[in-house]
Amino acid sequence: MTDIDQGTTVDVTVTVNGIAHTRTVEPRRLLSDFIRHDLRLTGTHVGCEHGVCGACTVLVDGKPMRSCLMFAVSAEDMEITTVEGLGTQDAMGPVQQAFVECHGLQCGFCTPGFVTTITAFIEENPDPTSEEAREAISGNLCRCTGYQNICKAVLRAAEINRERATPTEGGDPA
Amino acid sequence: MKPAPFVHHGPRTLDEAVAVLGEVGHDGKVLAGGQSLIPVLNMRLAQPAHLVDINRVAGLDTVTVTDSHVRVGATVRHAELEKHDEAYAVLPLLRQALLCVAHPAIRNRGTTVGSIAHADAAGEMPSVLVLTQGVIEVVGPRGRREVAALEFFEGPLQTVLEADELVEAVRFARFAPGTRTAFLESARRSGDYAVAGVGVAVDVSTDSGEAVVTGARAAYVSVTDIPVVVDLTDAVAGQPVSSVWDGVDELVQAGIAPEADIHASSEYRRMLAAELTRRALTRATTEGTA
Repeated sequence: MTDIDQGTTVDVTVTVNGIAHTRTVEPRRLLSDFIRHDLRLTGTHVGCEHGVCGACTVLVDGKPMRSCLMFAVSAEDMEITTVEGLGTQDAMGPVQQAFVECHGLQCGFCTPGFVTTITAFIEENPDPTSEEAREAISGNLCRCTGYQNICKAVLRAAEINRERATPTEGGDPA
Repeated sequence: MKPAPFVHHGPRTLDEAVAVLGEVGHDGKVLAGGQSLIPVLNMRLAQPAHLVDINRVAGLDTVTVTDSHVRVGATVRHAELEKHDEAYAVLPLLRQALLCVAHPAIRNRGTTVGSIAHADAAGEMPSVLVLTQGVIEVVGPRGRREVAALEFFEGPLQTVLEADELVEAVRFARFAPGTRTAFLESARRSGDYAVAGVGVAVDVSTDSGEAVVTGARAAYVSVTDIPVVVDLTDAVAGQPVSSVWDGVDELVQAGIAPEADIHASSEYRRMLAAELTRRALTRATTEGTA
């Protein structure tokens, strides 16, 4: 039987928010911990660590996935987008803007997972019904809001996305 | 809530995967989507010394539709199969059931073959495979073998798969033309483990000018240890598609053996399984055509 070398590490290169990062980690390093501990991107939150709560959801090649249910080593060469990659305080992404407008958060712990999940959802479904909006966030838990304002934020985010995609009337004078 | 240390193997070809599994399979696990395995590792309910990560093995990520079946490779994600229009066109049951598998974020990573190899009694796709009378394609150091779905499952989380073997693909068999299907489940929260669930395949004949049911089969989630097919034909044959399916109870009850747990009593699951069966028959006969 093979002895396990507890100290065995591997070099892993993962592109996060457009920047390729290489770190030397143990194979058991979860992608969530890689993002938080190794890259110091603490916007991604870790709740249950078994895939139930959705707080750690990131976009992997554009698709929402649980970063606590992936190993960093499996994410080699993949494009990861975390909540930090979806906007800044001065230039918020449509979902972030919608959460502000609709009061879609209270403590904010679950919010990064909702923002990534909803970002992917409105790309796929630019004009969702309320029912589709509810279904889209059914895999994310929030213990503060009671979800009503998050549902509103999904619809509002889609609206903002459509507004931003439409060229302003009159167009660019230049 | 962190996995114990393990050695990670990342084979790029099926031959390499088989070779490394032959070496370490006795103390290792195959990692595909990991949506069932990684929670188990995180909670240290299992501590395999080796993980054979097949995600980058070439050629396992395809869905093939033929006249007789839909073949799904080992690294095809639930979401890929769910959105595969050609597969849906010939076997709507796949999408009907996949929409009940956890949440979109889980379906984006988890694999259909992985959920079948995992053999959780609450898994949807083992029951779907059995209902279609599908086949599991197994590969290992002793070569390839095919196992009929009904012979694959031995108990909850137990299959005939040897420690050094790998499921390369599964084949969901297509139903005869005119078969209509539906998949329904009841869970405490949308996407959660089902308290009970059912997939039905209903044979409908329109030879007499009117749509008449000639047979029906059902497979269950969370109310049997291993997926079984319950033949409902005796209770439904000859009925119009507008039936309310009052006669199915006895056959359903005889075919299932639900256990009680924190979520529901055995009796409640029995009641639920029968009710879901009636609703699924109605949905299949009034909405679904295969």
